[in-house]
Amino acid sequence: MSGTTVRSLARAMFKGFVRDRMALFFTILFPLVFLFLFGGIFAGGDETPRSDLEVIGQVSLVDDLPPDARQVFDDLFVVHRTTDREAALAKVRDGDADGVLEQEGDRIVLHFSQADTVGAATVQGTLSSFVDEANLASAGVEPRYTFEAEQVEDESLARIQYVAPGLIGWAVATSATFGAALTLVTWRQSELLRRLRLAPVAGSSIVVARVVVALVIALSQLAIFLVSSVLFLGLRLDASWWLSIPLVAAGTLTFMAIGLFCGAVARTNEGATGLANLVVLPMAFLSGSFFPLDLAPDWIVAVSYLLPLRYLNEGMLDVMVRGLGPGAVVVPILVMLGFALVVGGLSSRLIRWDKA
Amino acid sequence: MAPVIEVRDLVKTYDDLRAVDGLTFSVEAGEFFGILGPNGAGKTTTLEIVEGLRQPDGGEVRLLGEAPWPRNLDLCRRIGVQLQSTAFFDKLTAREQIRTFAELFGADGARADAVLDQVGLGDKADTRTEDLSGGQKQRLSIACTLVNDPEVVFLDEPSGALDPQARRNLWDLLEGLNDSGRTVVLTTHSMEEAEALCDRVAVVDRGRLLALDSPTNLVRALDAPVRIAVVAGALDAAAAERLAGVDTVEVDGDSIVLITRDPAPVLTELARREALDGLQVRGATLEDVFLDLTGRAYRA
Ligand SMILES: Nc1ncnc2c1ncn2[C@@H]1O[C@H](COP(=O)(O)OP(=O)(O)OP(=O)(O)O)[C@@H](O)[C@H]1O
Ligand SMILES: [Mg+2]
Repeated sequence: MSGTTVRSLARAMFKGFVRDRMALFFTILFPLVFLFLFGGIFAGGDETPRSDLEVIGQVSLVDDLPPDARQVFDDLFVVHRTTDREAALAKVRDGDADGVLEQEGDRIVLHFSQADTVGAATVQGTLSSFVDEANLASAGVEPRYTFEAEQVEDESLARIQYVAPGLIGWAVATSATFGAALTLVTWRQSELLRRLRLAPVAGSSIVVARVVVALVIALSQLAIFLVSSVLFLGLRLDASWWLSIPLVAAGTLTFMAIGLFCGAVARTNEGATGLANLVVLPMAFLSGSFFPLDLAPDWIVAVSYLLPLRYLNEGMLDVMVRGLGPGAVVVPILVMLGFALVVGGLSSRLIRWDKA
Repeated sequence: MAPVIEVRDLVKTYDDLRAVDGLTFSVEAGEFFGILGPNGAGKTTTLEIVEGLRQPDGGEVRLLGEAPWPRNLDLCRRIGVQLQSTAFFDKLTAREQIRTFAELFGADGARADAVLDQVGLGDKADTRTEDLSGGQKQRLSIACTLVNDPEVVFLDEPSGALDPQARRNLWDLLEGLNDSGRTVVLTTHSMEEAEALCDRVAVVDRGRLLALDSPTNLVRALDAPVRIAVVAGALDAAAAERLAGVDTVEVDGDSIVLITRDPAPVLTELARREALDGLQVRGATLEDVFLDLTGRAYRA
């Protein structure tokens, strides 16, 4: 392995990448669109979104609130009065409302839709606390403890705080995987790999050059996504955000190894693309890239521990949002490097130079 | 001096197919050597074994006195290889392409530019490789193999997919390759190409060596008669039969073909009878050699 060889190869690979519009689109623009879609909706300030509540007929809980509680309640809910039960339920089903409230005697029933887990959980949680309070009041008991929740992340968390780390993790994983897989397959298909085998080029030089290029790409992604999230989507970075750099670097190695595996197993570009999608996309869903793991069913959380992307996503959340320090990245980085070693070692045994 | 390439009893099998079946030949320094054969004859396989890309199943190979397998980085520096498909880095221009190869071989940028000019691509230097024509791609590919000033150059069907015009242009370029004492090994399924370029030709079919000699000697050894075709009206067949030196006469549509082993007196006589209009003389070609060696018509 020699420095000049690595530099020449890396330069050639990098030029090939930046001149490939398709690759640029999927690496930068596509994730950026997701970021704005997912992160933009509720972004733009510290205001917690109010839940839409359909109230059927008379519900004493809502109607007879004491004035100060009324104030809090109105901050949290937008109430629509209705008598049409069916229409109200349909609204929840369609996602136009977060819940339907009705009273049958002493039973207060909340109808919610599991389709919107976040909305449903919010409505359930807040309403049940109002019910508790009302119960205490009607029993004539002065509450012994009062509870006030204050978020550590100053005031309320804009949704972008949770969206950005996961989406960045997904974007980095995708481009590292596809980059490695497609380079390997196209170079094998075009016989460039064999051509390089006939040049005084060590195999390790090719790998190192590819790693350098992948790291440059991944860190550029990180920079672009962070800057646009901070500027346009109101992302607030915690002081230890810079720890996302080593996290992304380790993640890149892991997913390059996965990409190499896909490229080693597949014969064609299409095969490699399909295989990489098959690995990365479900992994993104199960690792909290598209919705927070805190809200995911238990089985998903259990599965996520087996997936390297989970460690990247959670690590990013820890340092970018949750305000944890360097200690929080040690385990994720070690786990990801472990994955990289095992999968990379396996791939290097499977890699072929020849088409046939 | 020892031969540049020595191949002895070379065997390569794919599953139960013997792609190379006991080949023996050697190539001297400075020679322009051709490996000629139809599709699937085993040309590429042979070449790739000599280059060190494939491991032979049997036999022995020496390239510049060394064993090419396992991978031998010193040999890599001394040879230049053009694979059957043009292998380039994605989305680079011609100049970037050849400069990258130059850097990999430790040659400098000036050398790269000079070679680009040498193959006539100076004015295409800033064109992306995917936008080059087939012939230009081949030239660039050849330029990339020359960038390290190799002692031995391997070209696998360099003119394979080119039209006749581009093919001739390429021949002009290839002809000069061994001028400075460089050894060139080329595979082709074009008889014409082998005759035009090669000092010696190994004719292979089904992995076996059929003949090995200079194109002229191969044709001469056939001792095939010359075919002289004249326009039908110029001469009648009966008169043609009686001409001195004519062995047989064939009537072929609107021409009469005189077959002879002694063309000089026949041509003189035809000239005297003013029957030279539209005359065609065809000696034996490598194609006839192939037909003679295999009993099969040559289909490339
Ligand atoms: N990797 C491989 N696996 C299996 N069979 C192969 C492989 N490479 C070549 N062959 C077979 O070996 C035989 C010789 O192939 P080779 O490529 O050497 O022929 P060639 O003379 O170069 O033909 P062409 O003129 O088409 O390039 C063919 O029948 C081919 O199908
Ligand atoms: Mg071939």
